[in-house]
Parts: sequence; structure tokens; C-alpha cells
Amino acid sequence: MIGIVDYGVGNIFSLCSSFEKIGFDAKLLREPEKLAECERIILPGVGAFGDAREKLRSSGMEESLLNEVKKGKPMLGICLGMQLLFEKSFEFGEYDGLGLVKGSIRPITDVIPKDFAVPHIGWNALDFSDDELFKYIKKGDFVYFVHSFYGADCEESVIATTEYGAKLTAAVRNGNVAGVQFHPEKSGEVGLAILRAFCEMKGD
Amino acid sequence: MITKRIIPCLDVKDGRVVKGVKFQGLADVSSPVTLAEYYSKSGADELVFYDITASAEGRGIFTDILCKTAKTVFIPLTVGGGINTLADFERVLGSGADKVSVNSGAIRNPGIIEEAAKRYGSQCVVLSADISLIDGKYTVFARGGRENTGIEAIEWIRAGVERGAGEIVVNSIDTDGVKKGFDLPMLDAVCKAVNVPVIASGGAGKKDDFTELFKKVPEISAGLAASVFHFGEIEIANLKKTLFAEGINIRI
Repeated sequence: MIGIVDYGVGNIFSLCSSFEKIGFDAKLLREPEKLAECERIILPGVGAFGDAREKLRSSGMEESLLNEVKKGKPMLGICLGMQLLFEKSFEFGEYDGLGLVKGSIRPITDVIPKDFAVPHIGWNALDFSDDELFKYIKKGDFVYFVHSFYGADCEESVIATTEYGAKLTAAVRNGNVAGVQFHPEKSGEVGLAILRAFCEMKGD
Repeated sequence: MITKRIIPCLDVKDGRVVKGVKFQGLADVSSPVTLAEYYSKSGADELVFYDITASAEGRGIFTDILCKTAKTVFIPLTVGGGINTLADFERVLGSGADKVSVNSGAIRNPGIIEEAAKRYGSQCVVLSADISLIDGKYTVFARGGRENTGIEAIEWIRAGVERGAGEIVVNSIDTDGVKKGFDLPMLDAVCKAVNVPVIASGGAGKKDDFTELFKKVPEISAGLAASVFHFGEIEIANLKKTLFAEGINIRI
């Protein structure tokens, strides 16, 4: 079973439907102790970093999540869920992240040209290195992005990038922990193929 | 590079798509779910569901339809129509919408933009404006374009972005339904005023109108239309091929 961490942040309706569509059993989890029963974990999230981190902590999910990750369970962070994996975020202040991936979250305006619209919203092409998450898709396939902050200083963990006036981190991987900046549950067949690959991804 | 988006808009009343739909090979052309699937397969980058129901009962049917669509179509869904309160946001987001567009509701209470952006994030809040050029001034209209508010449009949109709107839909009343192309000067003025993605609406009659839109107003993020898609006058897959051949970044 796949556990989708429900800590009151973001819209998880489509995420649940996506797993149903590709034929994998996924459940929303509100009790931290239930995480132990899952084979793999999804950490979703939209909104602001500081607020989400606080909710993750106060719900008790964080402790449970870190425990399961330590055991080697595959985990996928999506959008803000990916950003939470990092060490630090500079979104409206300075916040500590989970520290599962080296690097920090910074505004895309640091690196993109001034005349580019912010947020980065829409379908953009993926460039990626060899990783099992991408075994069912091809380079240049499009996925749907919505974000104003990005993963920086994370060269050793980057497995995919996208081009928006600058190279932006699109996906990271550190052992059994993976994260995608885009929304696979909103990226049509390509997104479903990435979720399927995650469902088959091996842990540590 | 980021691609320009093509977005069909479905007006839904009492659970059915209005503004007649003529497609061959579709069993139930007035079913929003069937149409959404069809559009998604033909390359639509996003879908807008516009609720034009007035009754509470119709609202209920609308959210059911939304649920069903979100279970079968995995591209972004925006919902507009009758959005006045945070409870309206909650209702449609809980039924599978990814973004919510406010129009008259924001004119009555501009604070709704701020409240919604704070609670759900700016990426979720789309400010939609019906605009007409009146005595040389871009003017905002409320209630589906029926009521002149006297509000200057560019300033209204700029303020909306400051309040937290993450995307803007500009619907030109002057070109809407005329099918002679998008309102390029109006769209250009809005794009120059704000830095969030701007979606053009109103005036598409043929494929060239989209080519012209993306070439002459390169900052525009997306083109939205309803009847030209529903009547099959423009077929989305075909439109995207044409745009691609014209050198415009498009997801094919």
C-alpha cells in the first residue's frame, strides 16, 4: 500500500485518483503510526514552506516519516513536498527543512530573467539523467509545473531539470528518497508513468 | 522551454455543457466528463469549468461532475462561476479543482483574493476580468459583462496580483463572440502591467488568431476559447500542430 501523508496542506484529490487509475492501492494517512504499515510514502504539499513544515511537525507526521525513511522505504515528495526534503528554505524568511537532500530552496527570481512570468506555471520539458523514476518516459516529455521557488545547491542529488530562462531543478534523488518539483498527478500520461515507476522503485 | 497553453472552457449548467457541442464520434456531447476526456486526449493543456448554474441543486450536480472529471482527466482543472466566499473555494477544491477563478466575487469583495491566496496559495487563485474599452479607458465589468463597474482595468488587475492572484484571465468583451481575433492591445497592456502568467480570452475564430496572439504578444501564457472548440471549428490537436510549425513552443 502507498501512504499519502495528509497533514492539511494541499489538494490531494487528484493524487488519490492517479493511483487508482494506474491500479495501485493508495490511502490518505492522518495518523502518524499508520505510516509503518505502508510500503512507500508520498509527501504532497502546496502553499508556503514555513507553514507546511510546522504542520508536518505538529501533526507528528515528521517523526514517523523520518523513521520510515531511515528503514529504507521509498518516499516521493511532490512540489512543496519535494522542497521540504531540503536542508533549508528562504521562502518568506529562513526555515529548516527535513535535511534528506542537500541544498536549499530559493526564489526562482534569483536565476531567471526579469521579464519571465512568476510563478513558473505550465507544461515544460524534462531533461533527466538515468534514473528508474523515468524508465517509462523519454527526454523532452512535458510535465506540469507551478512554483515560484526552486531547489538550489543540490547538484549531487539532481536527476532532472527543466529550462525556464535558467536550468531549474525538476527532480532530486538521494537513495530511497526522491522528489519532483512538478505535479505528476496533473501531467497526463507522462505524469502517471512517473508515478507508476515510483510504485516500482526499490528502497534501500 | 515553457510551452504556450491551449485551454478549452466548458460552460456547465445543471450538469450539462451549454453552447452546443458538435463532435462526431462522441456519444454524449453534452456531458462535461466525456468532453473533458476528449479534450485531454486531443492535447488540451488545461480545462476550465465555468458553473453558470443559479440554483443550489445545480451547484451540487456541478461538484459531482467535477469529481467525476478529476477522476478521469489528469490535467489541471480550473473552476469559475459563482465563487464568492472561502466556502466556495473549499467546495470546488475538495471536489478536484486545482485552481479557482474569481471575477464578480472579487469586485464585490477584493479581500477574497487575499484570504484565498493565504489559505490555499497564490497558485490556486486566478483573477478573471471581463474588460471593455469605454471612452478610451479599459473598464471592468461585473456579472458576466452586464454591469459597468467604472473600475479601471489595468489598475484593478495590478492590485489583484498584489493581493495574491497567481494568474490572470483577461476576457475582452469587445472581441468576445466576434471571432475576429484576440484583443491584442488590451492583452499587451495587461502583460506589461503584471509579472504573473496572463491568459487571453475572447475573440478566437480561427487557428491564425492563436498564431497572431502568441507572436504579437509573446508574454501571453495561454489562449482560452469555448465555442470554436466545441463546434469543431478549431480542432485542438490540429491547432497545436500549426502553432508548432510556426515556431511557437507547444506541447505536442
